[in-house]
Amino acid sequence: MELQFDTSICADCATVDCLVKCQYMHFDLESARSERQKLNNGEDSPVLHNCATCYACEEYCKLGNHPFYQIVDLQEQKGIWPAPRPIVHQQVKMFSPKGDFVPREFAGVPVNLCLFPELQGRLTGRLFEGTSVFFSRDLFCNLVYLHFAKNSVIKERVPGVIQRLAACNVEELVCFHDECYALYASWAPAYGLEVPFRPVHLFKYLIDRLKENYSQVKKLGLKAAYQRPCSTRLTPAKEPLLDELLELIGVERVPREYDRENALCCGAILRMHGREELADDINKRNLDDMVRSGATACIFNCPFCYLTLGEMVAAKGLRPLLISDLCRLALGEKL
Amino acid sequence: MDNILQSLAAIVGEQYVSNRQEELYLYARDQGTMDPHPPDYVVLPGTVEEVREIVLLAGREGIPLVPMGGGLVLSGLTIPLRGGIVLDMKRMNKIIEVNPVSRYAVVEAGVAQGQLQSYLERHHPRLRHSIPDAPPMATVGGNVAIHGSGHLSQAYGFHSDMVNGLEVVLPSGEICHTGSCSASPYWFARSPLPDLTGLFLGWFGTTGIITKVALKLYPKKKMKDVLMFVTENPDYVPDVIYRVTETEMAEDVLVLSAPKPDWMAGFQITSVALTADSQLEMDFKRKMMRQALAGYIDDREGGFMFLAPNLKKNFLETPQRSVARYADVNKGGGFEYVGAIMPVEKFPQAYRSGVEIAGKCGTTYSFIVRIIGRAHCMMFAFAYPFNRADKEDVQRAQKALHETNAAVLDMGGIPWKAEVPAQRMIIEKMDPSARQLIGRVKAMLDPRGIMNPGNWEV
Ligand SMILES: Cc1cc2nc3c(=O)[nH]c(=O)nc-3n(C[C@H](O)[C@H](O)[C@H](O)COP(=O)(O)OP(=O)(O)OC[C@H]3O[C@@H](n4cnc5c(N)ncnc54)[C@H](O)[C@@H]3O)c2cc1C
Repeated sequence: MELQFDTSICADCATVDCLVKCQYMHFDLESARSERQKLNNGEDSPVLHNCATCYACEEYCKLGNHPFYQIVDLQEQKGIWPAPRPIVHQQVKMFSPKGDFVPREFAGVPVNLCLFPELQGRLTGRLFEGTSVFFSRDLFCNLVYLHFAKNSVIKERVPGVIQRLAACNVEELVCFHDECYALYASWAPAYGLEVPFRPVHLFKYLIDRLKENYSQVKKLGLKAAYQRPCSTRLTPAKEPLLDELLELIGVERVPREYDRENALCCGAILRMHGREELADDINKRNLDDMVRSGATACIFNCPFCYLTLGEMVAAKGLRPLLISDLCRLALGEKL
Repeated sequence: MDNILQSLAAIVGEQYVSNRQEELYLYARDQGTMDPHPPDYVVLPGTVEEVREIVLLAGREGIPLVPMGGGLVLSGLTIPLRGGIVLDMKRMNKIIEVNPVSRYAVVEAGVAQGQLQSYLERHHPRLRHSIPDAPPMATVGGNVAIHGSGHLSQAYGFHSDMVNGLEVVLPSGEICHTGSCSASPYWFARSPLPDLTGLFLGWFGTTGIITKVALKLYPKKKMKDVLMFVTENPDYVPDVIYRVTETEMAEDVLVLSAPKPDWMAGFQITSVALTADSQLEMDFKRKMMRQALAGYIDDREGGFMFLAPNLKKNFLETPQRSVARYADVNKGGGFEYVGAIMPVEKFPQAYRSGVEIAGKCGTTYSFIVRIIGRAHCMMFAFAYPFNRADKEDVQRAQKALHETNAAVLDMGGIPWKAEVPAQRMIIEKMDPSARQLIGRVKAMLDPRGIMNPGNWEV
């Protein structure tokens, strides 16, 4: 499985945004160009050692290349460990397929909960009526290994995941976790892997269900800060859907410094990398920014960000809410 | 009714004595691998006077007397190896006094760990005692009698080190006080007197019945957090422990390893509990801990695990219920471990030897290591859960335990709360003068050999 990366696109690139815009490394245009060249030649570069693995360069590149996937491949080729080895090995073991998934026809719309079994009870109410919510290590998207220079693990496991889902005759798969959606909508095409079903992003799913129940939607009149997850960088095209969704339920996505393209990572991965001080710093900047923005709630798309930042956000007086929970509130449901 | 039963009933009342088969059946066994043996009677005294009368009766009649608290020791130490009377202390569960200024509690020996914990939470929220991870019905008396350890042991040593003094009924029937309370109304310390308390700690009830314990209490911090440092080379662990304890900021320090769940398999997970009274203090302690281990992180040899809140919650519990859950991983309620007290530098050897023994004996295992007193030593638990209903499984665990005891002694460690066969192995290794002294002390205190016979027989 080869990454579809075209170095000639970079040669014509005037801005080298993939590096110039990076929030964790600082390059002027000239140094960015030189590091980009090294990467394209397959040479070592400080980029490979200092990358925070925030995925953002995938979004910054407007020319359709895959600068982040390239970094991950090079890190692995060169034996560079973004995180301590035991942490990487632990992650690889922890989510390995168990081989106990039996293909079956899903009774309702299949909703993949990724590997967050603790959220299972939360996918209830009108929004999730008629769905079959499932999770399994055998169906895990595995994209998390992008943070650990282990594209090889994704390459090894993902064809099996797709096969198993195809064996269930899945035609449309609702991805609760943004990262699962990114696997099918970004990573797989970037590596030339065919996906025989249509991934549906949670935002799209929620919009459709809310529209079906529109008469019961109560505008929440809430000002909320949005914690934009790293995986959104892989499929930024669905970003307008979130704005549409929030408008539908009367939630204002407060403008703030660290949203949209300038979003900051939740910090969990940086902590696993051993970069605690950087994580402390970005958590502080991010939370202070949320408070300054006047938001009374913080909404999460990614369950992992929610688990990482939920308590911190609450300690700052903002209510942490998963986007699905927010929509349930708009339907007058109790959480 | 037979005479002994009648005499016991006359002491404690009929409802607190039994020789009914179903009760003898239960008191004949524990959760470990030692063969069961029924007592002839079970009695539950309510006062020290009743204990005294029972001891006198047993002495007169030459009947073995086996004290029991929660009966959770796992290594058969409350199984009445030669029958006789099991003296179940659970009714002696009064919390007599808490001295909040000198920070100690005086409790009856049958007070359960969970009872003391909740009493302090309710009435003295700024105080706590060191809690073992045993089920909360384990008693204070039973735990100190075996040199237990718990959540404050990294800071302050074994639970027996936290005893200020005892009230004991000697096999002669005398009621004796040890520590400051022998010469003062206060139970503040064992010093500066000749230390008689040690005559009853670690003796498994062979020298007397503990009826009261004065236990040190400690300040209770408002916040708690836990960090989990992961390595995959057991050779690193002694140094990791050294660095962690050198900060003097860690509270409980454990090292965990097991083939299941997957996130533990092949790793050594050093869990470091931190407590603080403010966010500032907590952040500072976290930072110090990270700094202490930065070398490993920079070299990519070790790192801190991300703990999702639902997983972290388990590790923040006191006691940690997950230990008891794990204890029944094979189902069937069998669980026993060799808790080896040994120098921390022996970790790599102990780890490898445990993995090898489990492999050879075909058992599952888990290692739970508790650091005692700033790494002065560790309690390395080689735990082997088994299904009690499956004879072969029991035998596999028995074999693993036996081999582990031998390996531990070879390494220079000493099995803790050793079952009788392991006691024999220890005694064999012991300095002959020490062995003889144990014999002389026992003969002096218990000339008829009625106290928990079979244990510490030299
Ligand atoms: C899941 C699990 C986790 C555990 N974790 C820990 C841990 O973290 N730390 C720890 O220390 N232990 C631990 N244990 C071991 C054990 O359960 C505890 O040490 C417990 O506190 C023993 O107390 P007990 O009341 O059950 O003692 P028992 O089992 O009743 O007795 C222990 C010994 O003391 C003697 N004895 C009891 N009462 C008296 C008395 N009043 N006077 C004289 N002798 C007496 C008995 O004869 C016996 O020899 C664990 C056990 C389990 C099952």
